[in-house]
Amino acid sequence: MAETQKGIGAHLGGHLRENGMILALLAIVVFFTAIVGMQDIDFLSAQNITNLFLQNSYVIIMALGMLLVIVAGHIDLSVGSVVGFTGAVAAVLTVNMGWPVWAVIPACLAIGAAIGAAQGYWIAYWRIPSFIVTLAGMLVFRGLTLWLLNGQNIGPFPKSFQSLSTGFIPDLFGDADQALLGMERLNGTAVLVVVIAALIIVWLGWRARARDAAFGVTPEPSLMFAIRNIVVAAALIFVGYKLATFRGLPNVVIVLSVLTVLYAFFTESTTAGRRIYALGGNEKAAKLSGINTEKLVFLTFVNMGVLAALAGMIVAARLNSSTPKAGAGFELDVIAAVFIGGASMTGGSGKIIGVVVGALIMGVMNNGMSILGIGIDYQQVIKGLVLLAAVIFDVYNKNK
Amino acid sequence: MPTLLEMRGINKVFPGVRALDQVNLTVEQGEIHAICGENGAGKSTLMKVLSGVYPHGSYEGEIFYEGALLQNRGIRDSEGKGIIIIHQELALVPLLSIAENLFLGHEVAKNGVINWPQAFQMTGALLKKVGLDEVPTTQVGKLGVGKQQLIEIAKALAKDVRLLILDEPTAALQENDSQKLLDLMLELKAQGVTQIIISHKLNEISRVADRITIIRDGTTVSTLRKDEISEERIIRDMVGRDMAHRYPDRVPNPGDVLMKVEGWNVWHPEQTGRQMIKDAAFHVRKGEIVGIAGLMGTGRTELAMSIFGHSYGRNISGTVKMGGKVVDTSSVTRAVDAGLAYVTEDRKHLGLILEEPILKNISLANLAGIAAKGVLNKAREQQVAEEYRRAMSIRTPGVFQKVVNLSGGNQQKVVLSKWLFTDPQVLILDEPTRGIDVGAKFEIYSIMNDLVAQGRGVVMISSEMPELLGMCDRIYVMNEGRIVGELTKAEASPERIMALILKNEKAKVA
Repeated sequence: MAETQKGIGAHLGGHLRENGMILALLAIVVFFTAIVGMQDIDFLSAQNITNLFLQNSYVIIMALGMLLVIVAGHIDLSVGSVVGFTGAVAAVLTVNMGWPVWAVIPACLAIGAAIGAAQGYWIAYWRIPSFIVTLAGMLVFRGLTLWLLNGQNIGPFPKSFQSLSTGFIPDLFGDADQALLGMERLNGTAVLVVVIAALIIVWLGWRARARDAAFGVTPEPSLMFAIRNIVVAAALIFVGYKLATFRGLPNVVIVLSVLTVLYAFFTESTTAGRRIYALGGNEKAAKLSGINTEKLVFLTFVNMGVLAALAGMIVAARLNSSTPKAGAGFELDVIAAVFIGGASMTGGSGKIIGVVVGALIMGVMNNGMSILGIGIDYQQVIKGLVLLAAVIFDVYNKNK
Repeated sequence: MPTLLEMRGINKVFPGVRALDQVNLTVEQGEIHAICGENGAGKSTLMKVLSGVYPHGSYEGEIFYEGALLQNRGIRDSEGKGIIIIHQELALVPLLSIAENLFLGHEVAKNGVINWPQAFQMTGALLKKVGLDEVPTTQVGKLGVGKQQLIEIAKALAKDVRLLILDEPTAALQENDSQKLLDLMLELKAQGVTQIIISHKLNEISRVADRITIIRDGTTVSTLRKDEISEERIIRDMVGRDMAHRYPDRVPNPGDVLMKVEGWNVWHPEQTGRQMIKDAAFHVRKGEIVGIAGLMGTGRTELAMSIFGHSYGRNISGTVKMGGKVVDTSSVTRAVDAGLAYVTEDRKHLGLILEEPILKNISLANLAGIAAKGVLNKAREQQVAEEYRRAMSIRTPGVFQKVVNLSGGNQQKVVLSKWLFTDPQVLILDEPTRGIDVGAKFEIYSIMNDLVAQGRGVVMISSEMPELLGMCDRIYVMNEGRIVGELTKAEASPERIMALILKNEKAKVA
């Protein structure tokens, strides 16, 4: 027994960061549920959970791309302006020119890619510091947004475009399951999808564990593995159930989940992903190992541009209009999420799951503090301190 | 002679590692005391304890300095007592002038206003003391490493040094700069400055040191007087065994020509009109170790890197043939595909990703070898790493260990593993044993012998002549970007190599 305990202790220490992040998120959720509950408001109500995802989807989507940029040892300050610009383009195309949604979406993504390419070109092939290039991009695309919108809002968008952000996956089972379970307003599809997702997560974890054991890697202690999986699966099913009792799964959540899985796989299990980490860890060594570092840096910025464009459309769809101020300051939320998520400032390290949890921590705090009626002034102070504390915690652990 | 420094029973424990175990060191007033030991033996840790990097209380044991118990809270304390350490990595600000560097942190100033005339005057005096003929306003970054090393010493003299610690001061220096530095050490000794030198180079130690303390695995093994010092004794105490042969035996068995480079010309990447490699030609046979000798800065690394993926220089011309066929080596990927591998002289900056584990470093140059359709097979990656760990006997608790935690010799084995996983026909090894202790050197030599026994060719660039003479079947001599001579093993001797270099110098003057 003593031995198992020591194993768990040692393992917790070794994976302090990963487990700590999840614990921190849980603690923050519990904290706000308690505090908000004192005002007789249900923090974990179906509506608020739905809002939480709708409000923060753009941060998470961009944080996925920003992680790659930061892992490669760079930074992108222009994403907020690119959000504004692509939203404006979407508005002009849809509202003023009457393009259909299926043409507007790829057009905006292509524009995002072109913007990323234009910035990435100077950064990768001319070695202009990314801070400078994207600071310039930040000004340029904010300016272009103002010019394109003539300083005014353009809206509203047609329903089809709005559904990008405010749409929900329809319930395939109709009302049959509701009658069956004796519950009103339960979205069976949502429950089914979430339960399957939880099962897949547990199965993948179990498979990785079996593989570790087969290759003689010291596995995570069974108890830890069980607790972590139960917590994650329970949280997932709880959130899914709550969403199901409201309006079902938002489209954005599906987009978000698919992208998260895709990027997690890309960063951990593909040669291209591995090469980005190598390049961030030691660019010269990577280059001498036959890795085309310029091309990779270029592509991470193209990717960032595409995700910023996607975020731009989602933000525009949510507000149901494009405004000259849209996306202002988003770059800071996104970069903060990546660093809270445990990425290294010097490049070469950071995980997708950490970044998603980091973005959720920021999102839950935004949401909770707004419900409590805490002014925007204090909110900024608190968010700033949380970012600082997370990074100090990292550096402290590294030096220990 | 009175005792200046006595360290008694020093213990220093890091989490999981006992770095120092009852170390004793006595340094007498006015002597040059050498400290020898394999990498990781604890030399640098001991010096960090002495200089206050690890403050009093973070180690066990006592330090007596000038008769009093030393209780440093930090480097400033020890510097205040005249104990000054010059680290291997120089701590100069390249964009500041010599004068600014010399008095950095101890500016010649009144109320924060610098008195430049006085500072320049003092700088001049200090430069004269270390025998450096430079203007005080010269930017430090524009000087060579040798001169920078002298400026570090001048900086120590500016602080009224009584005990000067030099950590591998000649590691990055050319032969003549090293000699200058050693002369300066002897001169400082004559002026009464006590010195501690950490060095791997046994010939230097026997030249300057009065006594030598040998450390192995964190404990003091022996302290020898000048008349007891012999290379064999030092090596035996360092590695704990007799090294009858410093170079493993090998029966030369050269086969067909594997690689042939002809008419190779390379220009400097920034300075137009400066030709770095001039019409170089050489070849390597199957099963052959070929050396490239020459002073530092003669273009050996530039030759290797320009061939390997045109990683150095511009306007590169010439042909590389592998097995008789002309191959394209204009990118690293193409060079690797052609069967080339290049192990850099700068392991830490160009060879490894220090913060990544061993297995990721080994797979880096051949990710395709552990992937299918761009998706990594991590189980295979681990298998590969384990195979090389065994084959190369990389000493580590596991392949998930970060390479930054390995000793120099084990790091070099990781780099070698990385390149062997690309299955090259010819390996160019640039200073493969630099900064590696004697025991690990022998292992690297043995690996080289295995490589040629497998029918590969090896090109070895080295500044250490004994190593070239001991290992190579043929040696090319380079000078000023040209290959100025070729010697077989039978013909080669230090004198002949130097003669080839000097002949070329004379020809240039004439």
